[in-house]
Amino acid sequence: MHVDGVACALFWVCAPVGASPRRPRGSEVADVTRFIERHPAWALLAILAIASLLWLIFAIWPPGLEEAFGRKKVFLNAVFNGITLGGLYFLVASGFTLIFGLMRNVNLAHGSLYLFGGYVGYAISTWTGSWILSFIVAFIAVALVGVVLQIAVFRRMEGQELRQTMVTIGLSIVFADLMLSAFGGDFYQIQTPRWLIGPLELPLATAVKSSGEPVYLQYPIVRLVIFAASVVIGVAMWLGLNRTRIGMIIRAGVDDRDILAATGVRVQLVFVLVFALGAGLAGFAGVVGGTFQSISYGEDTRFLLASLVVVIVGGMGSIPGAALGALIIGLAEQLGSVYIPTYAIAVTFLIMVLVLALRPQGLLAR
Amino acid sequence: MWKGSLGLIALSSLLASGAAVAQEKIKVGVTATLEGTYTVLGEDGIRGFQTALNTYGKKVGGKELEFVIASTDATPDSAVRAVRKLIEQDKVQILLSPLSGDEGIAVKNFAKTHPELTFINAASGAQETTYVDPAPNFFRYNMDGAQWQVGLGKYAYETKGYKKIATIGEDYSFVYTQVFGLVLDFCAAGGQVTTRQWVPLGTKDFASVIAALPDDVDAIYLGLGGADAVNFLNQYQQAGGKAHLMGGSILVDQTILSAKGSAKNALIGTIAASGQADTWEDPGWQKFVKAYQDSFPPEKRFPSPSLLATNYYGSTMALILGLRQVNGDLSNNQAQFKEALAKLELDAPNGKIKLDSNRQAIGTNFVTEVVDDGKGALFSKVVKVIPNVNQTLGYDQAVFAKIGLPSRTVPECKKY
Repeated sequence: MHVDGVACALFWVCAPVGASPRRPRGSEVADVTRFIERHPAWALLAILAIASLLWLIFAIWPPGLEEAFGRKKVFLNAVFNGITLGGLYFLVASGFTLIFGLMRNVNLAHGSLYLFGGYVGYAISTWTGSWILSFIVAFIAVALVGVVLQIAVFRRMEGQELRQTMVTIGLSIVFADLMLSAFGGDFYQIQTPRWLIGPLELPLATAVKSSGEPVYLQYPIVRLVIFAASVVIGVAMWLGLNRTRIGMIIRAGVDDRDILAATGVRVQLVFVLVFALGAGLAGFAGVVGGTFQSISYGEDTRFLLASLVVVIVGGMGSIPGAALGALIIGLAEQLGSVYIPTYAIAVTFLIMVLVLALRPQGLLAR
Repeated sequence: MWKGSLGLIALSSLLASGAAVAQEKIKVGVTATLEGTYTVLGEDGIRGFQTALNTYGKKVGGKELEFVIASTDATPDSAVRAVRKLIEQDKVQILLSPLSGDEGIAVKNFAKTHPELTFINAASGAQETTYVDPAPNFFRYNMDGAQWQVGLGKYAYETKGYKKIATIGEDYSFVYTQVFGLVLDFCAAGGQVTTRQWVPLGTKDFASVIAALPDDVDAIYLGLGGADAVNFLNQYQQAGGKAHLMGGSILVDQTILSAKGSAKNALIGTIAASGQADTWEDPGWQKFVKAYQDSFPPEKRFPSPSLLATNYYGSTMALILGLRQVNGDLSNNQAQFKEALAKLELDAPNGKIKLDSNRQAIGTNFVTEVVDDGKGALFSKVVKVIPNVNQTLGYDQAVFAKIGLPSRTVPECKKY
């Protein structure tokens, strides 16, 4: 296994095994310098944007800015909420994009897996009272559903994308109605454990009192924990894909399934494994969604739509693409809901339209 | 819950498909929000409807009443689609529809295209429905959102001492109407409304909205309902929110007060106003509560009927009593029936109701406060009962017209 440094390593698809000749370490530093040399204006703009964002987050806002733009507390909260919501979107979309990346299979029943995970998590957490256990059980239960789906449905129609797509749409409708009859149209919320209720004071000053004492940002602990969990999962996925033998096999499968099968790897087993992982992540995300929002009939299509938008923006089949897409969509939703509430719903789709118009393969697609 | 209403739908469609009609029937179409954000509200509305059928029976003048239920999702187009389907496919003669504000405006406009039929509003409460260009065949036996807020502003200002409040509400006609009623009352008493935030119906993530709530106010008014309210309260608890709350009519209601989880406890002590109060001691109300409780097993209903159940009950009651007066005679484009409806005075569980010249209810309003019954169940306790609330909220017609129609910014916070 080679490591291409931080930037390219995060973008695991940009250096797949066997696809391109290995590049020396630090090549992305060269990439960056080349980019600056080629597009100095764009580079300057990017640097300015990053610098002003950092300033907006860390500096105490002058009164003029607060008047024009609202309170800093609101802005900071919106940014944090966007990032944490992005964490949830990433969990759902990463499974979706992982399955697509390997099997070229658009699983439109992914939203149903999310919702099913949420219901399982709810049942477990009310039954045992354990929040952590609900994650584990939801992950395993939904992963098993994924295994059944892969063996009973997708293996039978390998390579027939249109047929698979139609079948998954059909399945999602069947699943939605089954869950409706079992759980009803009610709203379920998974109880946040006591130690996670309430806010945490972050070392980010939002204002200064007249006494000169800074006022720090209060932020819900549960959202921070959930965001941390999604980062951990993202990193673990990257490590798994880049540092392990199985990850290498999966990446090789993304590039050329037939050759991989010819080398003696049991490709079908890999497919089942990846499908189980992707589905399990959706189930995991269902518990997350049920904890800081709520789960109900209709959430399946909402999250399917969200993951579609995320992977279209980020690039189909790319994990870092899913991360970037989720971050952009989460931020757009939250900043939109605060600063342009009337048009907030349109913003995410506007972003998708822009991406499709300017870079139809997605921001981080190969 | 769903199974019950599904069963009813199945039953009614079974009845509808019965080919051999032994006796003459009167077909009635009912819509409720059995999908989306207001699912729980729609389900309890249907429970109120069924309670009324249990009480008043399904027979009028030798004719059997036959019901067809259609589901909507609180959007105006879903309501019109459902109503159109009921009229065109199921051939209903009378409609009991709809549940939600925007739906009401759309169905009222649609009613004009079928002047021969009769529309009885089920529960919707936008002011515009009956105030602006009303349809002659559309009858509303519940008060509108503004009428349901009468008394709250004054109580908040004078008794609770809230001088400055901010509002947050779902961005559609019913909540505009509710905030309209609140602001008129509160500002007339001398209060100040600093900001009015609006969120789309069906918002899941309120974190940023919660962060944007102002700190320098005495109370925050929540014009939210259904899943939106549950989500808001849950995230409000997670964010450690501690402000005094005031509630709209569908926030302080069993649909929220008996939601699962502990987030609803933030509502204890919340003041609100509505067309009903859970603990009202009036014998008529108590009888209705008992009829509701007896109609369903405890796990398939709320401890006490929600505002939606009460509204559907009242509308169904008006339908049956109106039909009884004309002995089920719907001839001559239902002219006698419509006349009887317009004159009908209802002795509804939530007080006496009569209609004004726009066929809009004049009724009783309740200012309430949320209390814990000691066993962890929350109820709305009566603080004040205000009879005879009309659509112009006691203002002179001309003065009321000058205020403008409820919207995101109307009315201004001043004395009219």
